[in-house]
Amino acid sequence: MGKFWALKKSIWVFHMCTGSCNNCDIEILDCLTPKFDLERFGILLVGSIRHADVILVTGAVTRKCLPRMKLTWEQMPQPKLVVGIGSCALSTGIFSPGYNIVGPVDKHIPVHAYVPGCPPKPEAIIDGVVKLVGSLG
Amino acid sequence: MSSPDPIAAIKAEFKDRIVSWEEKSPKRYYITMPREDITKVADFIFAKQGARFIIASGVDTPEAIEILYHFAFDKLNKILTVKVPVPKERCEIESIAPIIAGANWIEREIAELLGVNFLNHPNPKRLLLAEDWPEGKYPLRQEPRSNR
Amino acid sequence: MNQKTIIPVGPFHPLQEEPEFFELEVEGEKVIDITVNIGYNHRSIEKIAESKTFDQMVFLVERICGICSTSHPIANCNAVEDLAGIEIPERAKYIRSIVGELERLHSHLLWAGLAGHFIGYNTLWMWVWKYREPILDLFEAVTGNRNHYAMMKPGGVRQDIEEGAIPALSKGLDEAEKKIEMVTKAALDDPVLAARLKGVGILSKEEAIDYCAVGPTARASGVDIDVRKDEPYAAYGLVDWKIITQEDGDVFAKVVVRLLECFESIKIIRQCLQKLKTTKGDIAVQVKEIPPGEGIGHHEAPRGETFHYIRSDGSNMPVRLKVRAPTYVNLPTCKVTVPGESVADATIILAAIDPCYCCTERLVKVIDRERGRKWKWEDLLRLSRKKTERIKKRMGISHE
Repeated sequence: MGKFWALKKSIWVFHMCTGSCNNCDIEILDCLTPKFDLERFGILLVGSIRHADVILVTGAVTRKCLPRMKLTWEQMPQPKLVVGIGSCALSTGIFSPGYNIVGPVDKHIPVHAYVPGCPPKPEAIIDGVVKLVGSLG
Repeated sequence: MSSPDPIAAIKAEFKDRIVSWEEKSPKRYYITMPREDITKVADFIFAKQGARFIIASGVDTPEAIEILYHFAFDKLNKILTVKVPVPKERCEIESIAPIIAGANWIEREIAELLGVNFLNHPNPKRLLLAEDWPEGKYPLRQEPRSNR
Repeated sequence: MNQKTIIPVGPFHPLQEEPEFFELEVEGEKVIDITVNIGYNHRSIEKIAESKTFDQMVFLVERICGICSTSHPIANCNAVEDLAGIEIPERAKYIRSIVGELERLHSHLLWAGLAGHFIGYNTLWMWVWKYREPILDLFEAVTGNRNHYAMMKPGGVRQDIEEGAIPALSKGLDEAEKKIEMVTKAALDDPVLAARLKGVGILSKEEAIDYCAVGPTARASGVDIDVRKDEPYAAYGLVDWKIITQEDGDVFAKVVVRLLECFESIKIIRQCLQKLKTTKGDIAVQVKEIPPGEGIGHHEAPRGETFHYIRSDGSNMPVRLKVRAPTYVNLPTCKVTVPGESVADATIILAAIDPCYCCTERLVKVIDRERGRKWKWEDLLRLSRKKTERIKKRMGISHE
């Protein structure tokens, strides 16, 4: 992953929910608050996809979200990395029989790191992100 | 405005129109009404008796699509459910959204998930499903269940 | 000059069918109309439920919302118990109330933090979320997980609270209470918050009734409905607490209701923990069969009444599950609260009903159709934050 070395010191993340139960989402936010504090690794949550280096995707991808998810991913500047967070993003989880579910995420966009759990604990999310940073070499 | 015993008042008001009346417990009442009366019933229960409209739901039964309107009398701890069977051949019913603002969304939802046409709805647009969802396919309609 | 602009805000929002996409129609700074477009998070849970057994269904409804992740199970179990005529053991009642109230605590704090974030008070956000962590630790001690507690089942609860754990829980609660008290005092006395939130986004009592609003949204407008009082399920009829209402109906009133409710929750948990010491016995009754019929259950979730309707045909799976989450009826009230306010206030008014906004922060494009200019949700947030700055400056406050 040679071209990613530039991201090593400070990754800016964008958080995208594609039809989750919100639990992974609050755990992601929790990572940024004082107890876990992801910012000490230089990781900053940004509000615009055009500023982001990494997208954190949660949720099982609903039919209505799919075109928006792809559009967001296309709008992201290169180099881009995707982290799937939670069982739903990884495998659509408990929602897999649903008529409105078209996921999982990696069926539609490439995913570089997976953080399993329902929901993953903040420690697990941090571990996933740190491992990703470590692999950027 | 509202009477001390709204359940009795409803029974008295619509006594010759009620198809069936079930008192499951002192807290839960289920009544069945013909579809022509729904606006009158909704107006009487909501506006005259001061009930809170909780939600409506639709159930696909072999005979018809049942629309259930759930009303709560909060201070009396009673929930009244008005059931209205709508035949599948002419699947339409008068909208109650002009009377109860809170019924606007749920009628749109039932319309797209169960294919019930709400007449005179103020904003009969699609609510939940994706733009490319095929017309005429209603996800909450039952398929024959062979595995049960 | 007086051109109309449409500002799309959204989509995404985490309750069952309620991710949302707002279109604000503005004239200059003033919002004149708002359209809500939902369905981005529609995961077809009601349909999936038809293929789950009554026991499995609890795990499914738990995943409707990660923040109300015990409200839906409680409402669902209430519905199954109503359907089958089951009375749960007293000990289970106390445990249900403890978990339900801990959830209200964490949810209200979460909301208070996010509300601070939206108006540019990140200090409040970090502060409140820091003090929310001990509540999650209590959850971990009681249920084994920070979220998705898996505590409820038809007929009772899945896990007991051991007698030996009670002192530690009480101590944790005492400490959390002190912190919440400090935050509450600070927030309610803050002149900037008051200037920013008082008189903004007013929902009158009549409108609240007309739109069938529930929970803190209704209670802040003077409608004293609360399922816990009106239909005392679990242990809510066995302990002493009161409903918090406010009359003003503005955003500030909603803040007051939520913050004061935290103390009622702590009161309930404390009493339940005491009662657990003396109430012995089973934590669940065995449920063998669910008869054919219908059942209705509701629970006062942090955001308002959660309603479940279940129909059974006598098999081990429901024929139909209908779920009504509180935001479903609270959200349409924005039709009356937002128009007439400035764009800078729209974010906080929409956030005031607590529609779990943390998910709404992305994929936002604000398009000025006439001038072809694109805005983003962050621009809206920036407008909102600038307004706070202006107010601070006017008041001569210059911290941060």
